[in-house]
Amino acid sequence: MDSALIPKGVKRCPIWQFALGLGIVGAVLLWGVYAMLLCWFKGLNQTNMNDYYGFALWIWADLAVIALGGGAFFTGLLRYVIGKDELKNIINYAVLIGFICYSSALLILAIDIGQPLRGWFIFWHANVHSMLTEVAFCLSCYFGVLTIEYLPLVLENRQLDKVPFVHNLTHTMHEHMAIFAATGAFLSFFHQGSLGGVAGVLFGRPFAYREHLFIWPWTFFLFTWSAAAFGPCFTLLVTRITERIAGKKLVKDNVVQLLAKISGWMMFTYIIAKILDTAYWAFTTAPSLGFTLKDFYGTNGFYNYGWLVAEIIVGGLIPALMLITPKIRANRGMLTLATVLAVIGVCLNRWVMVLQVMAAPVMTFDEWALYVPSWQEVATTILPVAYGVILIMISYRYLPIFPQEAELNPITPEDAEGVQASGDSEPVLATAQA
Amino acid sequence: MFPFNFEWIWDMSHMVFMGGLWYALSILGLGITFCIVKAAMDTAKGKGGTHHH
Repeated sequence: MDSALIPKGVKRCPIWQFALGLGIVGAVLLWGVYAMLLCWFKGLNQTNMNDYYGFALWIWADLAVIALGGGAFFTGLLRYVIGKDELKNIINYAVLIGFICYSSALLILAIDIGQPLRGWFIFWHANVHSMLTEVAFCLSCYFGVLTIEYLPLVLENRQLDKVPFVHNLTHTMHEHMAIFAATGAFLSFFHQGSLGGVAGVLFGRPFAYREHLFIWPWTFFLFTWSAAAFGPCFTLLVTRITERIAGKKLVKDNVVQLLAKISGWMMFTYIIAKILDTAYWAFTTAPSLGFTLKDFYGTNGFYNYGWLVAEIIVGGLIPALMLITPKIRANRGMLTLATVLAVIGVCLNRWVMVLQVMAAPVMTFDEWALYVPSWQEVATTILPVAYGVILIMISYRYLPIFPQEAELNPITPEDAEGVQASGDSEPVLATAQA
Repeated sequence: MFPFNFEWIWDMSHMVFMGGLWYALSILGLGITFCIVKAAMDTAKGKGGTHHH
């Protein structure tokens, strides 16, 4: 049964090994589900959120996964709208990662609202003056886009593809994917931006408040830009991790190099804009509101200048320079290091824009309000990670995610004999050798 | 929210927000409907039996 579902021309691990992996990650998933049920049945008193922290760990996780999932919309834009044809060899994985990130974001929001049965209120009783309403609309619609983009991949499963209607549907969806990809890019531009805009319009929070262009604060554009820049880095990083675990190359170097180069230049231009934005905020905006940079970084042991350096230099400028330098980018170790730094950098940016905003004192009698999440918050934040790992495991095993895998890893007669003898897989030599 | 809901007001905010939502949902709905109908018609014509990508 299992072997009949595995794509032709590729080799997969034995079923017991796969089941063992699923079991281990599944245990973590169950821990998260238990914490989620506690939050739903007992209420948000299971968290350490309070009057200072209406936005806490969950919202950071939300913003972080949405930024990291930005690889899907940007790679889709490059592939289907701009016409970078080489990226067809990584777009499937970018879509899968995006699907995981956005479904995780929606799951976290379903826990965070405390009353998931009233989740539809945001559509029916919409507050049309809130950027978060726009975020909810675009997020839900874009998740629909990602589902539409992921669906043909599921339908390409070896057995499903034998059904003529399914085969035709997959074919038609592939043909018209540019429409969905363009819609996805449009939706992403707005919800990524509005997530940044939420921070930038907080005129009562001088740490977050930014100058505007028309109705949009600079953070609107910086968030969209950073998601497009850093999202592909996460796709590359997860691809690298998958390759290490699978013990084989899955995507050709020219594809990885192209995406890394584009991502690097996006990051480089973003980080210049971010530095200019930070400088203007530090020397003009904040002083006009009665604050200095020292008030935000020099009066607290936890939130010190190290955060600024870590976010902008270590997690922004350095990986950007690494990725735009061909010699460094060509080195796989350095490329992986650059993507790790970039992922940390964008997560730090989202942390700062959610949690440091809440922590920084506003009134003269205020003090820094630090926050430690409860175990339920931590478990429900790890839950989507476990879910993501499981979905990747299942998708990698049964779906043709990497079009170049068979070509890069031709199955030898010994492989075919060994695997067929154990009854674990059914590789097809003709396809692999083609 | 629809114009027949009691909360609806004919102002720019409602038209932009809700109009944008319906517009996006319409594109996705019509797009996927088109794909399903075309696949059904192709199948009825006998296409897709043995062809593989």
